[in-house]
Amino acid sequence: MSARPLPTPRPLNGWRVLETAGAWLLGVLWILPLAYATWTAFHGREYSARFVATAPWTLANFVEAWNAAPFARYFLNTFLLVTMILAAQLVLCTLAAYAFARFSFAGRDVVFLLVLMQLMIMPDVLIVENYRTMSRLGVLDTLAAIGLPYMASAFGIFLLRQTFKTVPRELDEAARVEGAGVLETLWKVYVPLARPVYVAYALVSISYHWNNFLWPLIATNSVTSRPLTVGLQIFSSTDQGVDWSIITAATLMTSAPLLIAFLLFQRQFVQSFMRAGIR
Amino acid sequence: MRFVTAVFVAVTGLMLGAAPAASQTADITFYYPVAVGGPVTKIVDGLAADFMKENPGIKVKPIYAGTYQETIVKVLTAAKSGEAPQTAILLSTDMFTLIDEDAVVPFDDAIKTAEDKAWLASFFGAFMLNSRTGGKTWGIPFQRSTIVLYWNKEAFKEAGLDPNKPPTTWTEQVEYARKLTKHDASGHVTQWGVQVPSSGFPYWLFQGFTTQNDVLLMNDAGTQTFFDKPAVVEALQHWVDLGQKHKVMAPGVIEWGTTPKDFFERKTAMMWTTTGNLTNVKNNAKFEFGVAMLPAGKRRGSPTGGGNFYLFKKNTPAQQAAVLKFVKWITSPERAAQWGIDTGYVAVRADAWETPAMKKYVAGFPAAAVARDQLPHAVAELSTHENQRVTKALNDGLQAALTGAKTPAQAMKDAQAEAERILRSHRR
Amino acid sequence: MNRALHGWLLLLPATILLVAFTHYPAVATLVASFFSTPKGARPAVWVGLDNYQAMIADPVFWQTLRNNALFALGTIPTSIALALLMAVLVNEKLRGRSFLRLAYFTPTVLPMIAVANIWLFFYTPGYGLVDQIAGLFGAPSHNWLGSRDTVLACLIVVTVWKEAGFFMIFYLAALQSIAPQLAEASALEGASRWYFFRRVAFPLLMPTTLFVLVNAVINSFRLVDHIVVMTRGGPDNASALLLYYIYDVAFKFWDTAYAAALTMVLLVILAAAAVGQFVFLERRIHYQ
Repeated sequence: MSARPLPTPRPLNGWRVLETAGAWLLGVLWILPLAYATWTAFHGREYSARFVATAPWTLANFVEAWNAAPFARYFLNTFLLVTMILAAQLVLCTLAAYAFARFSFAGRDVVFLLVLMQLMIMPDVLIVENYRTMSRLGVLDTLAAIGLPYMASAFGIFLLRQTFKTVPRELDEAARVEGAGVLETLWKVYVPLARPVYVAYALVSISYHWNNFLWPLIATNSVTSRPLTVGLQIFSSTDQGVDWSIITAATLMTSAPLLIAFLLFQRQFVQSFMRAGIR
Repeated sequence: MRFVTAVFVAVTGLMLGAAPAASQTADITFYYPVAVGGPVTKIVDGLAADFMKENPGIKVKPIYAGTYQETIVKVLTAAKSGEAPQTAILLSTDMFTLIDEDAVVPFDDAIKTAEDKAWLASFFGAFMLNSRTGGKTWGIPFQRSTIVLYWNKEAFKEAGLDPNKPPTTWTEQVEYARKLTKHDASGHVTQWGVQVPSSGFPYWLFQGFTTQNDVLLMNDAGTQTFFDKPAVVEALQHWVDLGQKHKVMAPGVIEWGTTPKDFFERKTAMMWTTTGNLTNVKNNAKFEFGVAMLPAGKRRGSPTGGGNFYLFKKNTPAQQAAVLKFVKWITSPERAAQWGIDTGYVAVRADAWETPAMKKYVAGFPAAAVARDQLPHAVAELSTHENQRVTKALNDGLQAALTGAKTPAQAMKDAQAEAERILRSHRR
Repeated sequence: MNRALHGWLLLLPATILLVAFTHYPAVATLVASFFSTPKGARPAVWVGLDNYQAMIADPVFWQTLRNNALFALGTIPTSIALALLMAVLVNEKLRGRSFLRLAYFTPTVLPMIAVANIWLFFYTPGYGLVDQIAGLFGAPSHNWLGSRDTVLACLIVVTVWKEAGFFMIFYLAALQSIAPQLAEASALEGASRWYFFRRVAFPLLMPTTLFVLVNAVINSFRLVDHIVVMTRGGPDNASALLLYYIYDVAFKFWDTAYAAALTMVLLVILAAAAVGQFVFLERRIHYQ
């Protein structure tokens, strides 16, 4: 999907300048909140209430924020969490998508419809019952409790099914002729051909689960399983008297990995989301 | 395929390994909230470390859990899934809720020796009001407070008021606040006279007004509320008038967490907040300030506030003993005094105020004793069965009145109706 | 039927998890809504429609529905329109295109919690960024989040800021798949760009608009992180959304039966949105 702009170069007339200016104004307006928060995080607490352009820069806020809560552990938890969820999703969704795409069996369409239901009714809204299930399973307050409801992702199944359906059947038959079993065909033929979709899906999944908040809030209680979002919210709880410089520093710290990854891999990010949206 | 299996097994192992370790014989986990500014989590961690040094057989793990409301949610969530902590610092008013949920046991069962009984009797009576019911003691006071009035002495001087005389009555408060409210050239307010926060738990600050108007909000058993009594509505009208009629307070709902900062930034010349913020204000206010008891209406008054230690039901005998040891240690006179000095919370027992450290502190900083001196005028904090729900009904009503959506009379009538509906089944 | 067996086996792991965490809870919620809440030693008893009657009589419930409706009306058209505008702008060969795309899309990669914290800072009366800027224009300081009239609008602004860039991406993909010959032909015939957009591009973007619309509707019910941080439903429930109320009832009041009844309402609304999408999408497929 490459960009194909209009071939005729446009003259630099009044409208164009206005349009560029308008786009820029909107862009500046849009980045202003993050820019101001960043500025506050890098300056001392006296400047959180007033903007002084020549104020000295400092890293003290980040140091204080880091020491004030076990962010290192939160980072580890979040990293393990998104990795675990993604790994499970890749496996489960690949298997399921393959079944839907290339096998016919009784009840297939009914099950597919049930899968599609999850697109609308996400585990996020079934917090009460899912909490009870986790409690019964005895996994409350673990990363598993956060991750289990999301591992069978209807979105992933849907996306991969579309992709697998476009794989030419000749390749399938060629593999079968060579004596490959079901799983081997899947691994050797379908998965490699769907690589761009896998990358796209991975980025979407990682973004989503890195930033997820309500369900992890309910499912976890202690530092050993708490992800960054929940840690940040407890840390910046306003009852304890806000110090905006430290809170913005902590906020930036928790968003930093995704933000930096995004800045470095802009094209891939954008293309992933684009690809994920094309049905 | 094998690689995938291996990854899956490894990840599953990690997942389960990330589960918290099962509590051993004498390990104490306790959840605690922080509702005041300052490095409180560091102080608590320090206390835990000191205790463990003196008691090598017991491991203490403090877990910061957010606000009071967030902490009770976490504690009950943990308790319902069988992972209750051994103890926790929760609002003294959560007592009925914890009893109803069958999560806690009274301390009396663990108190056997005469020495222990003396310890139990040593706390200020005002703090025990929310800690006892049915003749048993369910909570041990720890981070307790009252509301106090902080005032900016420099702002007083600028407004032509005597910087050493705070307002002592409702009328004086309004009068001083009028003089302290500053406007800029276009008529917008740059400094408000007084600020009484109303976010999160406005009912607590409201109890200041109602106590000063000589009326109580609930009965001792926690089964009946009196939100629509005329004196209560009067108190609410006075609070609402501060913003709407006298225009000395910012309109709308005022955020609790930013009130101290507003005070430091001179957005307000006087503020009502917990004495637990005292050390925070001392460290951050760049001007001379004073601390006083709340102004009197018909009488002086303030609710008590803050958190108690609770004892959880599912503890093993060894854990109960360990918790008792920890709670006794942390409420010993010297530690209670040090906690009061470090935060501004009221040291919970009279003999803590007689320790040399505390005496020296109060001599150099008399403001520290104001909250204690207010104790004779203090009443129990609002506490009923299904406390969270009932206080939400009252909070909603208060916020409705403060934002002008309902009249005080209507707001309190609706709040009382809702509270009645909730509490009716508890009176049978 | 080896093939069929293989199909089922492949499907099994995903199906088990899906049923366990989507379908079973949905059914269990329905069942639980007809019982009372178990408390301590008292087990749950059948109460029929009691929870639903309590719900109908609950003013807070109606307030949350109203808030959700206003919230949806505020965020959805605005973010979609902005997303479309941004996509069109980014698609043009304007100077600094990469910066624009970065600026528009960055809020999307931030966690909603982070976004809420940042904006909570901005909305602080007196010295928050919004009041500082308002002060430059001589406007008075305003209690944005503490006043019932403005709190929902403030939350809408935060949501639009976060979501518009996300929807922009889908429009961008769709715009780039419109054959350039169409634009060329239209330009050759002397049609203005606005005419081209209105008569050609926008209708071709309808499927994307529908997709984005459904996503936006779901998000407006699903995303309550900002309420937890910024207002906790206040003042006086002016900013309480249905899912947040469910969270309060279930985990603060521990009234799980009532929470189940409330969840059923939420599920019905989401199901209606699902049906709506299928109906319209089906029509689109047949149309093409």
